Amino acid sequence: MADRPEGQNKPRLALHVPEPKFRPGDKADFSHIDIGEPGKMPRPDEACEAKDTLPLCYDLIRVLGDDDKAHGPWNPKLDPDTLRTMLQHFSTVRAFDERMFRGQRQGKTSFYMKCTGEEATSISAAMALASDDMVFPSYRQQGVLIARGYPLLEMINQIYSNKGDKLKGRQLPIMYSSRDHSFFSISGNLATQTPQAVGWAMASAIKGDSRIAATWVGEGSTAEGDFHSACTFATVYNAPVILNVINNQWAISSFSGFAGAERTTFAARALGYGLAGLRVDGNDPLAVYAAEQWAANRARANAGPTLIEHFTYRAEGHSTSDDPSGYRSAQEREEWPLGDPVTRLKDHLIALGEWDEDRQAAMDKEAAEHVKATTKEAEKNGILGHGLHHPFRTMFQDVYEDLPWHLEEQAAQAKREREIKWPGEEPWS
Amino acid sequence: MVVSTQVKEQPATAGQDTERRLNMIEAINEALDVMMARDPDVIVMGEDVGYFGGVFRCTAGLQEKHGKTRVFDTPISECGIIGVAVGMGAYGLRPVPEIQFADYIYPGLDQLISEAARLRYRSACDYIAPMTVRSPFGGGIFGGQTHSQSPEAIFTHVAGLKTVIPATPYDAKGLLISAIEDNDPVIFFEPKRIYNGPFSGYYDKPVEPWKKHRDSVVPEGYYKIPLGKARTVTEGEQITVLAYGTMVHVAEAVCAEKGVEADILDLRTMMPLDIEAIEASVKKTGKCMIVHEATRTSGFGAELSALVQERCFYHLEAPIERVTGFDTPYPHSLEWAYFPGPVRLGEAIDRLLSE
Repeated sequence: MADRPEGQNKPRLALHVPEPKFRPGDKADFSHIDIGEPGKMPRPDEACEAKDTLPLCYDLIRVLGDDDKAHGPWNPKLDPDTLRTMLQHFSTVRAFDERMFRGQRQGKTSFYMKCTGEEATSISAAMALASDDMVFPSYRQQGVLIARGYPLLEMINQIYSNKGDKLKGRQLPIMYSSRDHSFFSISGNLATQTPQAVGWAMASAIKGDSRIAATWVGEGSTAEGDFHSACTFATVYNAPVILNVINNQWAISSFSGFAGAERTTFAARALGYGLAGLRVDGNDPLAVYAAEQWAANRARANAGPTLIEHFTYRAEGHSTSDDPSGYRSAQEREEWPLGDPVTRLKDHLIALGEWDEDRQAAMDKEAAEHVKATTKEAEKNGILGHGLHHPFRTMFQDVYEDLPWHLEEQAAQAKREREIKWPGEEPWS
Repeated sequence: MVVSTQVKEQPATAGQDTERRLNMIEAINEALDVMMARDPDVIVMGEDVGYFGGVFRCTAGLQEKHGKTRVFDTPISECGIIGVAVGMGAYGLRPVPEIQFADYIYPGLDQLISEAARLRYRSACDYIAPMTVRSPFGGGIFGGQTHSQSPEAIFTHVAGLKTVIPATPYDAKGLLISAIEDNDPVIFFEPKRIYNGPFSGYYDKPVEPWKKHRDSVVPEGYYKIPLGKARTVTEGEQITVLAYGTMVHVAEAVCAEKGVEADILDLRTMMPLDIEAIEASVKKTGKCMIVHEATRTSGFGAELSALVQERCFYHLEAPIERVTGFDTPYPHSLEWAYFPGPVRLGEAIDRLLSE
């Protein structure tokens, strides 16, 4: 007899609360994940109907096989120089993440976020876009800036909120902005960038421009209303935009099940909106490049927007403020069935006869030294909380184009306070 | 929502004069038309604004004239409308999104408060969001609790936003043109109770059409009214009345009826606020009444009251009076009990005059 509420004939209802498969101390086993076979997924024409991408929304587009060779129709056939450039960006971003993480632990800044394990989702994707395509990133796309040649010095100045910080010390570390690099200002509120990217793409289409837009959002943030608005607007206006969903399995300590991953894939969400959807092995740099290139060609040809789910794994904590050992199995990282994107690209280049371990070691060493030297350079401009910041008067600037009377009054108040606290010093410095 | 707001054909000459007279809807429509003609980057979008011209007809004819890639309908998604407008602004356009009712603006609040308002600051001028969000607001049309609210105080609390509320057709056109040209995000609230005519507050008396009103003479073409400058509606020595939107007309009618010589200031913009005009008037009269339709607690009247107290305390001859809506949701059937009408204003005036 079914369990029934007292005095009722109907069965008792039960709430389902998702639970990840592994918690600390558990042995991680990812054998339930069907990663498919590299090279087996079809590559439809870029101008296909969105519904023709249905199989690509459930299985994984993969190119690099266990033999370290590229397989199938999604092989982007990149030349060795391009692959080496990609590898160099990987090496740089790893070295950068390591140094900045350490800098946070040394008290040089308040916060940092690594992208370890997810490098391909930004670097390989960015390399498939034109340099002036507009990107609306989330907070783990430092790889896009590195791929676009944004100076590391500027990145570190921003992280240290020092007097060299182009954002005048107003943003949380890693929330970069660079108009010159077509890189939109990062927001701390999640998924807000997605309708903004669509709006930018719509504007580009309204003006008859040729530039497209791309945005990145974590799988957890796809639950935000903004993401659904973005999908609706993208499809309604056939906006030339790519919506990259980084499914790295974890949104701080909540696993992807809390964004709905137990029921379907994130790529499959595309179909309900009439977007093309691709689900790609996010740790396969060639597959990521190929998927992004497919979507970019599609957008550029006015054939429609694309939602790409990058199936990957957040190898490190969410940020320097997070300790993943408190909520997930320590083994997950090693057991992740899709490996590490940097190792896979390196091994592919070696298999092609275009690279070797010695050159890799030299490249990694050079990247580490470059980052170290640049960090020292940036530290001359100051570190967080050690006085070398933008002048105090800048606090009141840029709230509005012109300074209104009430901010003028408040600025005068701030100046008086500083004159009392530090008599004899220039109060606005 | 059914509201009788058909645009009426206005003859080239109305009344006794030969000047062009428009209602507020036509004035707003003309401002949009003028700016779209002047600047190819001005884009109008929102629910029903395209072919149909908006539920209040403010965008009528614009799509036909300027094309459907510059005037278009949107999905019913306020966070989407504001979010894409931020992106369009970052591209270099000047979007003028319409939110059908101010009550619907809440799903778009995050995009306004966290994104549009702060984009200039957080990016150190890398990007700006030069948008003008138009939205009909306020009650008095039997719109129930979801078509009657006055949420202006939410926006005045946000650093980076400007808030503008016109009270006449002449102002509506000139202020909207300024708002569209402004490089900061502007919330432009249109008092829908006075779209077709100024409202005295007597719900059981016929509304005088705009064409008989002195402020319905609207010049053709381009003209601007600067943001941050209040308008003196009437001059008087007895009391100062600070008002905006529909309440400007209610205050004027009540003061006229009671024979009170009042300095009535139509604030026009809450942010930036014309503090000089407020200060000068209150110091002259010594008595200040603040009038708005929004709920009382933490309303914009609270800020005005604090400013007047801080700046004019030694000139005040009576406590500052706040005349507002009640702290309840807007009730449908009891709308006229909620609305700050002549009785509530009259009592406040009597209190001020008796001091």
